[in-house]
Amino acid sequence: MSIGSVPVRYKVEIDHDRCMLCERCVENCSYGVFRKSGNVIKVSPKQCVACHRCIAMCPRDAISLSARPIDYRPHPIWTDEVRESIYNQAKTGKIILAGMGNALPYPVIFDRLVLDACQVTNPSIDPLREPMELRTYIGKKPAKIEYKENESHEIELTTKITKNLQIETPIMIGHMSYGAISLNAQLSLAKAVSEVGTFMGTGEGGLHEALHPYQDHMIVQVASGRFGVDIDYLERGAAIEIKIGQGAKPGIGGHLPGEKVCYDVSCTRMIPEGSDAISPAPHHDIYSIEDLKQLVRGLKEATEWKKPVFVKIAAVHNSAAIAAGIARSSADAVVIDGFRGGTGAAPKVFRDHVGIPIEAAIASVDAKLRQQGIRNEISLIASGGIRESADVAKAIMLGADAVYIGTAALVALGCRVCGTCYRNLCPWGIATQRQDLVDRLDVENSSRQVSNLLNAWTLELAELMGAAGINSIESLRGNRDRLRSYMLDESLMQVLDVKSVGA
Amino acid sequence: MCGIISVIDRSRAMMDGSRIREALAMMNERGSGEGAGYVAYGAFPDFKDYYAIHVFYDNIHETKDDVDAILKKWGHIEHEEEIPTFDVPGIKRIHTPWRYFFKPDTSLMLRSPTPDEDIITYIVMKVNESIKGALIYSSGKNIALFKASGWPEDVADFYRIQDYNGYIWLGHNRYPTNTPGWWGGAHPFNLLDWSVVHNGEITSYGTNRRYIESYGYQCSMFTDTEVVAYLFDLLVRRHGLKDDIAVKALAPPFWEAIDSMPSREREFATAIRLTYGPALMNGPFAIVVAREDSIVGFTDRIKLRPLVTGEYGDRIYISSEEAAIRVMEPCVENIRMPKAGEPVIGRVYS
Amino acid sequence: MNSVRIDAKGLHYTPLNQLIRQAVLNGAEEIIIDNVMGQRFIGDGLKGNTRIIINGVPGGDLGMFMSGPTCIVHGNADHAPGNTMDSGKLVIHGSTGDAVAHSMRGGSVFVRDNIGYRGGIHMKQYLGKKPVLVVGGTARAFLGEYMAGGLIVLLTRNGVKPFDEQGIASGIHGGEIFIRGDFDEKLLGVGARKLPCNSEDMDRVIPFIREFAQWFNLDEGPLMEGQFYRITPASSRPFANKYTWE
Repeated sequence: MSIGSVPVRYKVEIDHDRCMLCERCVENCSYGVFRKSGNVIKVSPKQCVACHRCIAMCPRDAISLSARPIDYRPHPIWTDEVRESIYNQAKTGKIILAGMGNALPYPVIFDRLVLDACQVTNPSIDPLREPMELRTYIGKKPAKIEYKENESHEIELTTKITKNLQIETPIMIGHMSYGAISLNAQLSLAKAVSEVGTFMGTGEGGLHEALHPYQDHMIVQVASGRFGVDIDYLERGAAIEIKIGQGAKPGIGGHLPGEKVCYDVSCTRMIPEGSDAISPAPHHDIYSIEDLKQLVRGLKEATEWKKPVFVKIAAVHNSAAIAAGIARSSADAVVIDGFRGGTGAAPKVFRDHVGIPIEAAIASVDAKLRQQGIRNEISLIASGGIRESADVAKAIMLGADAVYIGTAALVALGCRVCGTCYRNLCPWGIATQRQDLVDRLDVENSSRQVSNLLNAWTLELAELMGAAGINSIESLRGNRDRLRSYMLDESLMQVLDVKSVGA
Repeated sequence: MCGIISVIDRSRAMMDGSRIREALAMMNERGSGEGAGYVAYGAFPDFKDYYAIHVFYDNIHETKDDVDAILKKWGHIEHEEEIPTFDVPGIKRIHTPWRYFFKPDTSLMLRSPTPDEDIITYIVMKVNESIKGALIYSSGKNIALFKASGWPEDVADFYRIQDYNGYIWLGHNRYPTNTPGWWGGAHPFNLLDWSVVHNGEITSYGTNRRYIESYGYQCSMFTDTEVVAYLFDLLVRRHGLKDDIAVKALAPPFWEAIDSMPSREREFATAIRLTYGPALMNGPFAIVVAREDSIVGFTDRIKLRPLVTGEYGDRIYISSEEAAIRVMEPCVENIRMPKAGEPVIGRVYS
Repeated sequence: MNSVRIDAKGLHYTPLNQLIRQAVLNGAEEIIIDNVMGQRFIGDGLKGNTRIIINGVPGGDLGMFMSGPTCIVHGNADHAPGNTMDSGKLVIHGSTGDAVAHSMRGGSVFVRDNIGYRGGIHMKQYLGKKPVLVVGGTARAFLGEYMAGGLIVLLTRNGVKPFDEQGIASGIHGGEIFIRGDFDEKLLGVGARKLPCNSEDMDRVIPFIREFAQWFNLDEGPLMEGQFYRITPASSRPFANKYTWE
């Protein structure tokens, strides 16, 4: 007796009274849910991933979709997901791959933190009328300034400030590689960050020549596979980021499947077409902290000490000590990627179970660096599960200099978080290399959507700061006194160094 | 983390500390200027039969009486002095280093085959655990240990290690992550005869620590390296394993290799792994362990950290980098990189 | 020839590299560096086709990200020479530390004696760029791990055992490794397979063996004697069978 098939996840229905047989759903669905048969659109719901492309494109709103039309017997422990994973593995004997970020219902710490505002005893600031500074510099800062005065009493700085990235809003777009996402998606993001005055990461996929006009706003990544890395690439980037780990899958590497390595992807990654791009779990020239320093310096030496170098690690138990080590490595910034960070594909067991939330990681890293007296000498970038401007504010108050967003930027491009990025069939033209799908993403419009989002969050941040009586982002950074926890346990409050509401 | 260098003269000919200072400073790229240290064997010929107890005091007035009381309770202080130090711009005086030359009263430790060592071990654990502001960081006979927060050359000049002689020297250049600025966190680590310098991180520390604590050792230095000194003390001194066998316990061959060994060898390797499973050290490391008559260098089982050895005359060198050895001895011969887990042993001529 | 001499004694690697870059900029065809003692990153990110003679023992990451020049080392090299190198040559009159030719994409590395652990790890090739690592002696464990392209040759000179370590070519999914002499198949890592070389295979390596012999002034005949074996990927998707979709 075989296990048989599992129930369909989604029910797709067409209101045939409203349907005008335009077949837009048939054209748009890359998963093959719809087909026209005679004078009616037929549906195979089994193929549906709930990407909503059909719904978004139907001119008559004739399509409806509901989740889990067929229930299992409800059980609090043996959830539908648990049962279906077992069926899957019983049939295949393999590791389950999944897309997007952590999908288990852990409490979200951000949602248990509330922000402060001024009342009576100190004035709030109206950001419409008064200056509100969100500009942030990402990079190494000296511990102290030294200067000398010459005969004509002019002051000459003897401390040399190394190159920092100047961002006009503390929101950057994290690393999503060409290969994982399409060229049009990268172009849209690149155009948006250039307009807004911030930066984006290239991911470990090289830099396509179409992106060269935006290179001054791009952080090039050097990851364990070293794909696309040569001296030309390093010199083009505004900064270089060494990726050690990723929040969605700490401790493991990545595989871009050969089918996503089309001609152009093969060019930027500098690997043969159709070959798997395997990024090892560690960098094989980094087995210890001083080896990391060696790579940081290798990159600096190659680019003649002109580029800031970031190091990105996944948020894990020991992040604080690791970050403290990174801070001593000539690196200019540490990126901590929390366990809600997105991914094109990760083993489900890692995505859901390995790593720690960004809120706790950033708080402990900030605390450790302060304890060691080196916090301000290095920048701290929080990423992984930043969903709205309030999350940005909270991350900064817990100690970050800036944040990276990833999924949020993709959602601004139209992504519906269906989590099927690894199939190369993304009907929104985002997580695919199929040219007909990629062509659906219009770079002009899409980049405006992304810049709109960045601008809107920036306005909201300014409002939140103003309400708290703060007009410069430095005063928000690490300002945990202006946060309160709502229903967090005592030990977590200690880690976050925040008081309870009412306290 | 870090860079290491060590040398033994097998004829026990003495070397002063000037060259190891140069060699360690050559590897400054491996450190961060927040910790360095040296150890010299044979440094106190006038007190060679006394345990040289080295203490970092936060404040002499506050805590020294308590340490003195414990020492006097357990034996006799032949001589004591503040360790001479010299102002160096790169070193901030956080502690006052002090040394005692001490002989334990063996009649106080009954039913022990090694009462001297047991008393010293007890005193070290007791002081480090219970007296705040005092840290015993070295406790061997005829062994001088110098460490502080700073670059290697500054630490060397702070103690003027060129004024000391030894037939074994170990040096360490630290790149800390967890306890920067704390002198106790610098290497070498010492207990009794054992001194350890270590590059890397022991990912099995939690297991190793719990194992070693079950034998009465207290891990009080907040770092993974001290566990190596205790493991050697346990395996070699208390369990009587030879150096190379102890290394086989700490960095054993893989089961796949064991399975294909001839039967007698296989039986032995299997027994070591079964018996000393909790002592197996995991993660990347290169370590040099010294005792009175030898130095032993080895790396982890898949050689994730570098280790280079060389010879010149009676001298054997072990280091993270060949260039550092060449700084100490430009004419060095037989430069070699030992295999993963392979012990390199330099022993004095008997 | 326009030749420049640099004394590296007591020089940190950054000013040393600045001198090298300046010399290249001034049109030096040959740069001789004396008294090298542990300086890392020599030739890091350097472009052009200058010949650099290194007298002494360079530190780690020699020729990292290098694109074009030739570095000749009279001594051993430390950790990861040729790391992520793009083109050019390294010629090492001695042995190397671990991770030689790590992630190398192009150019060639010739090592007269032996190499450490993880030699040629994640070497890859792309279009006309095919990295080559030729070793006169043999290698330690994990040779060619994750190898995605290029060519590694072990010539097993001086009577060394061809290969006697674990995990050879574990995860290989491109490129090939040639070893002179036979070795135990059980040492092969995941996704690797061993085949005896035929004359067609040999045609691919002979030019590099010749070049090796020329660099070290050796008789090429003995280097080609005996049966060669090659290690190739069993599949270009070594881990494809590990996963299923959600």
